[in-house]
Amino acid sequence: MTDPSPLRFHVPVPASRPGEKPDFSHVVIPKAGSVQRPPVDVDPREIRDLAYSIIRVLDREGEAVGPWVPDLSKDDLIRGLRHMLTLRAFDARMQMAQRQGKTSFYMQHTGEEAVSCAFRIALNDGDMNFPTYRQAGLLIAHDYPLVEMMCQIYSNERDPLRGRQLPIMYSAKAHGFFSISGNLTTQYVQAVGWAMASAIKGDNKIAAAWVGDGSTAESDFHAALVFASTYKAPVVLNVVNNQWAISTFQGIARGGSGTFAARGLGFGIPALRVDGNDYLATYAVAQWAIERARRNLGPTLVEYVTYRAGAHSTSDDPSAYRPKHESDDWPLGDPIVRLKQHLIAIGAWTEERHKQTEAEIMATVIAAQKEAESFGTLHAGGKPSSRDMFEDVYAELPPHLRRQRQQIGV
Amino acid sequence: MARMTMIEAIRSALDVSMGRDDNVVVYGEDVGYFGGVFRCTHGLQQKYGVNRCFDAPISELGIVGTAIGMAAYGLRPCVEIQFADYMYPAYDQIVSEAARLRYRSAGDFTCPMVIRMPTGGGIFGGQTHSQSPEALFTHVSGLKTVVPSNPRDAKGLLIAAIEDPDPVIFLEPKRLYNGPFDGHHDRPVTPWSKHELGEVEEGHYSIPLGKAAIRREGQAVTIVTYGTMVHVAQVATEETGIDAEIIDLRTLLPLDLDAIVASVSKTGRCIVLHEATLTSGFGAELAALVQQHCFYHLEAPIMRVTGWDTPYPHAQEWDYFPGPARLGRALRDIMEAR
Repeated sequence: MTDPSPLRFHVPVPASRPGEKPDFSHVVIPKAGSVQRPPVDVDPREIRDLAYSIIRVLDREGEAVGPWVPDLSKDDLIRGLRHMLTLRAFDARMQMAQRQGKTSFYMQHTGEEAVSCAFRIALNDGDMNFPTYRQAGLLIAHDYPLVEMMCQIYSNERDPLRGRQLPIMYSAKAHGFFSISGNLTTQYVQAVGWAMASAIKGDNKIAAAWVGDGSTAESDFHAALVFASTYKAPVVLNVVNNQWAISTFQGIARGGSGTFAARGLGFGIPALRVDGNDYLATYAVAQWAIERARRNLGPTLVEYVTYRAGAHSTSDDPSAYRPKHESDDWPLGDPIVRLKQHLIAIGAWTEERHKQTEAEIMATVIAAQKEAESFGTLHAGGKPSSRDMFEDVYAELPPHLRRQRQQIGV
Repeated sequence: MARMTMIEAIRSALDVSMGRDDNVVVYGEDVGYFGGVFRCTHGLQQKYGVNRCFDAPISELGIVGTAIGMAAYGLRPCVEIQFADYMYPAYDQIVSEAARLRYRSAGDFTCPMVIRMPTGGGIFGGQTHSQSPEALFTHVSGLKTVVPSNPRDAKGLLIAAIEDPDPVIFLEPKRLYNGPFDGHHDRPVTPWSKHELGEVEEGHYSIPLGKAAIRREGQAVTIVTYGTMVHVAQVATEETGIDAEIIDLRTLLPLDLDAIVASVSKTGRCIVLHEATLTSGFGAELAALVQQHCFYHLEAPIMRVTGWDTPYPHAQEWDYFPGPARLGRALRDIMEAR
């Protein structure tokens, strides 16, 4: 026997770095319409292949093909397109507002609009999302007022969260949108608990958990899968794989696991992988997983394959760690462009209507922004009262907080 | 009225609460079928069904995280962490989530939940079955922290905690589960049946959070304490013959500052007593408050009698545990100090 060679430490590296040509050859893209659509009560062991493929509906020509074509009317699809355009316009305005110093921070959704916008449409009122900071489409697609969102971002006198939270950490119970926390993945296991509660009470509401690719490495992700599996909780466990966790490529979190979806298999949770830039496929898969949950068939893990086209946040410069125009090479394209192309292909849309709609939406967003700014921005105009700082720590103000409030004279 | 151990009193509180409110659910490791490693949930699954009392995977983070989701839905989960020493995996959920949910959502979501955890030493529990982590909770805005010292309080406080609209950390001194313990480990253990506070009402009653109890009235010195140490304070007072006033805080946060200030203003001397380690322990907060509010009444420096700043040892249990001898020395010292 020869002496073993010295051990080598392994650190995964992305396919390309700044200055190099973007390389997505490792992302295997199956043909649209080529992945099977099993019945929702399928034995999870029979669909293990779905965790390693990508469910796609829209082909290169914008035609909807295959077994996953959802039952969405032209009007539904136009509404979906409008939601995505609204989110993109909202992002553009808030990004600019941050650059103008009207708020301290913002995070865009560029390239990921289809995921949250389509998912929201598949839910019922009363269902509860446990989102991350990159699913504002859940609010927009449920007609949450843009002015309220902006007032939160500006921390102004009309901020529904009374100036206590960082921008974009919305909370909107009536819209099925759980309070966002800065601590990653904590909400994932809470979603499972919410779903367990719904089952304990014999309710018919389901929960949706959300996490990014990087945050699947948190222990909360593991705990959520254990509890969802053990109690067959009516929850959809969403993983938005946008390839990047700030500067860290997805291989660091994924490790040797073939896909993030595949992580569900070891827990006995059926796992589907879907083209996250395909509004139709995203909706169809969401609907499948939601139906499973609602029919007491238990949790489903869904991985949305997408790409974070923008910076991580307004505090981030991606050109420091990935090729400058990497998003142009992303093989699944842009979700808005692809749905637009589909609508044109089926004769429901034109380039001209698209331009008109974009302009009309931008005008709506700008009007909302003006209204929000009339209630103040972070450093100018109306702001929440200092008294608000002491309230809601507890249901009732305890003596020590009363003393502290008196100390600052409010 | 019935004679109950602290275990029976806690079980009775859970039983009463589950009977009154369908939204109360109880779960944790070994809590369901088996009834808990300390028997605190014995019989509840049989009585209320698996929907209301059930076994959980060994994941403290999962237990607390799911309970937060349940509370957000509208249930009133009362979950168990098997030993307070094992709450650390859940700490992020407790601090970042449970404690802040009401605040960060401006009341849009709330977290009415209780996390029960056996705490404290004096049982040869070594490093991971003896800790007293209360200061790690009292430092967190948005939490309430409760430590009962007897069966009657345990039941009344636990019912109040379950009915409270905010997250409550309920620390149960496991050394007191079967009987009061005054630190005299060489003497036979007495059962709760011989103690007046082992007499417990059978139905529903509650003891308000944030209210201390005076266990002994005295004029010479105030001992501010909670949990097992209440009994140590009582025996040390008898042994030294020093006329100490003993305050059992019961709730650490919100704190009954008025009771402390009234007592120290009367006695002029104060000893803070707890099992937890000294540095940055809850006693530091108590001492600072007494200093601030009773400065002109103090006739001696405030003393702290606590566990040492070491991990909780096994063989050296009685050198570590702040028993009646150490407290007795402190009582004599503080009476001589000026």
